[in-house]
Amino acid sequence: MSARADRESRRDASSESSVVLANVSRRRFLQGMSLGGLVLAVGFQSTAGAQEPQKYGADGMPNGWVDNPLAFVSIAEDGTVTIVCHRSEMGQGIRTGMPMIVADELEADWKRVRVAQATGDEKKFGNQDTDGSRSTRHFFEPMRRCGAAARAMLEAAAADRWKVPVSEVAAKNHEVVHGPSGRRLGYGALAKAAAAQPVPARAALRLKDPKDFRYIGKGELKLVDALDIATGRAKYGIDTRLPGMLYAVVARPPVLGGKATKVDDAEALKVPGVVKVVQIESSAPPAHFNPLGGVAVLARNTFAAMQGRRALKIVWDDGPNGSYDSTAYKAKLEESARKPARVVRNDGDFDKASAAAAKRLEAEYYIPHLAHATMEPPAAAARITNGKCEVWGCFQSPQAARDLVAKRLGMSADDVTVYVTLLGGGFGRKSKPDFGIEAAVLSKAVGGKPVKVTWTRDDDLHNSYYHTVSVEHLEAGVNEWGTPVAWLHRTVAPTIISTFNVDAKNEAPLELGMGVINVPFAIPNVRIENPEAIAHTRIGWFRSVSNIPHAFAVQSFVAELAAAAGRDPKDFLLEVIGPPRVVSPEMLGDTWNHGESPERYPVDTGRLRRVVEVAAHAAGWGKQLPKGQGMGIAGHYSFVSYIAAVVQVAVDPKGGLTIPRVDVAVDCGPTVNPDRVRAQMEGATVMGVGVATLGEISYKNGRVEQNNFDSYQVTRITGAPKEIRVHIIPGEDYSKPMGGVGEPGVPPIPPALCNAIFAATGKRIRRLPIRDQLTV
Amino acid sequence: MVSLDINGKRQNVDVPGETPLLWALRDELGLTGSKFGCGMALCGACTVHVDGNAVRSCITPISAVASSKIVTIEAVGGEPAGKALQAAWVDNGVPQCGYCQAGQIMSAAALLRRTPNPTDAQIDEAMDGNICRCGTYTRIRAAIKQAATKQGGAR
Repeated sequence: MSARADRESRRDASSESSVVLANVSRRRFLQGMSLGGLVLAVGFQSTAGAQEPQKYGADGMPNGWVDNPLAFVSIAEDGTVTIVCHRSEMGQGIRTGMPMIVADELEADWKRVRVAQATGDEKKFGNQDTDGSRSTRHFFEPMRRCGAAARAMLEAAAADRWKVPVSEVAAKNHEVVHGPSGRRLGYGALAKAAAAQPVPARAALRLKDPKDFRYIGKGELKLVDALDIATGRAKYGIDTRLPGMLYAVVARPPVLGGKATKVDDAEALKVPGVVKVVQIESSAPPAHFNPLGGVAVLARNTFAAMQGRRALKIVWDDGPNGSYDSTAYKAKLEESARKPARVVRNDGDFDKASAAAAKRLEAEYYIPHLAHATMEPPAAAARITNGKCEVWGCFQSPQAARDLVAKRLGMSADDVTVYVTLLGGGFGRKSKPDFGIEAAVLSKAVGGKPVKVTWTRDDDLHNSYYHTVSVEHLEAGVNEWGTPVAWLHRTVAPTIISTFNVDAKNEAPLELGMGVINVPFAIPNVRIENPEAIAHTRIGWFRSVSNIPHAFAVQSFVAELAAAAGRDPKDFLLEVIGPPRVVSPEMLGDTWNHGESPERYPVDTGRLRRVVEVAAHAAGWGKQLPKGQGMGIAGHYSFVSYIAAVVQVAVDPKGGLTIPRVDVAVDCGPTVNPDRVRAQMEGATVMGVGVATLGEISYKNGRVEQNNFDSYQVTRITGAPKEIRVHIIPGEDYSKPMGGVGEPGVPPIPPALCNAIFAATGKRIRRLPIRDQLTV
Repeated sequence: MVSLDINGKRQNVDVPGETPLLWALRDELGLTGSKFGCGMALCGACTVHVDGNAVRSCITPISAVASSKIVTIEAVGGEPAGKALQAAWVDNGVPQCGYCQAGQIMSAAALLRRTPNPTDAQIDEAMDGNICRCGTYTRIRAAIKQAATKQGGAR
């Protein structure tokens, strides 16, 4: 089953009502004190109510959430407040955002706050799997409670000291003030006494009135890591250095499931600096997060290891995936997409309505495999001392790294510590800790000495967990005004589940729920079908996942219908969305709903309409543009957020494409750090442009054909939009549910861009990437 | 053994002369601010200054720069352009993951030395060799302009 399901089942095996903080012992409390810091004692229970059959949001994640100030907050006697960030920083700004929430409720002065990164320890911190655009929406409330509880303990300590009722004191900007007398005590002076206070019961906590927020929603704080990044001091996984460390690169099988049958390392061992050659065993399918196996070269520096690898002579047995060929596979997907298949949603009667329609239209879209190509390739270091393993790396899911290293080494997870560095990009790739397991295996092979594994760019492109490849086949029957009355969407793509179960051939609810079955259009007859597809490579999460192909197809097809009807694409899109209404995800056949409660997170077409309208208005939709220019629009709901984009393009007579401006409207509910919402939308726009114009991983003889940034191109400054304007729908009501931010900005961009190209040139793009399709 | 002038200091590295400067910096000298992204001068993450010019250290053998002055991200803040850029990077919230930003700043600093007040087109041309996968380009452009203005104002 899927990794999540796998972890879910493990979680269910443990007691629901276990006290999470059992591991904060009195001894550790005293140790904390002796270091001059306060470690608040006592604990909360972890996840709420054990009775509910179905859990949603953070409750539904492995190891749920923790709101215990003991795990997250410590105060030194000099007043320095240290706040632990338990989610991985990969560019979304979470090491600023999470601590900011705690600091706000704690009434801490941000200038005196420092941020520490949690090790992988979900029992202590709650879920740490930093993907699914979940961090803020799942941890806003626990982090608020965490800060409020610590604040209450400081207030209680001050009231005790002054022997006054606690109702007469209030924490304000890093000190506690006694109202009637005006006496004040700083947080540092109160730290020890606060530690002796019991942690208040959750129900007794006083959360701030949002109008009193100092930091949340203001967007005024600089990123905690910005200066370290700008001065070269920031440390990523690849920067790990340990005394006596060996540097490794690995020759991995070029085809999924392949094995080395003959290895000649004589020449490699002659390369100056090479110390040892070690074979890594591959594991039986499914691929899961296991290393692919292969031959590692260990050396005194990375370059020597790379030179040594070049000198290896390896004979590979490719196995059954050795014939994987992207051109042949595309034809196969197309064949499947043209035949009736498993029905996953059926409203009304598509066949009957389509037969009776005034006109029928159809179109087919192709979106190839993609690789994340994080600027920092996967990298991790490990060492084993006295039966305990330490791992350093750029992990999106440090608990998964910990569990799987332990499993592979035959250790208990308690004996494995995973230190999370900054991630030089994640985008889903680094939620799979195969590279961390490699480092641990290699350390073990050299008697526990520290070993760092660095993936080169070709390793990264050849051995990734790829975004799926898909064909999307759409048909519509329209009435005499061109409005669709019947809608068929057949989506075919190898599933992520195949990485965990080789027999999986259909898209899972988590893929179908990404913008194909949960499309909330006002069309009475809808049929969604999903033919089977067999995977021949590791399929994984890539920023916004299946929303990319689904939104590309759906939003392109709506624009095609608009063009066929001679209608304005924006007005037509709004008409297809229909009037503002709240739709139950279950009514749409979406049992997944991004893991969120269908009651708390229904699909709100009013919000979708609004972002479409705001983006259009801001972009000056409908204004006259010079010849060769055009605007395109797309709106998409994903990660429980609503986003629309208007892309403006200019296509020169030779087919050269430039993007003068993009307007993005985002409704992600209330926001913690609006500047990072903007930044994520800007970055997602650029990534979406790359997906649309350049990105493609293709296979020949089972091997990826792209080796580096020359053949796997990504957007550079010259290809990026000149201007990106982000319009955040105000969401001051913090009782409203939050939406995701990291991923949902990507899906609307490729269709909006291709719709703009159509407006500018009359050419309709149905196959990504665009690359030279515009060249005249 | 090769002797190098790095950030104003003579340092010896005991690796073959063909070793790229990037790996001598990172693995032998512990200067990990310069990043590995491609190994083929395609992404710019490894950019350093060699005698004031932006150079991709991942393809530059140390034997070729033994008589040159090398400046890395760790020391570029000691120069007016580097310092102004670093401040502008923080002020504009340019970094997302931050991995490419050392290379971006080194390329930008070399640009500002040649062209104190670059146009958009000059910025795009100078920065096209530096990939940012997070897509921070619009803020990079804004930060370079801010640094240029601040420096101009200070003069």
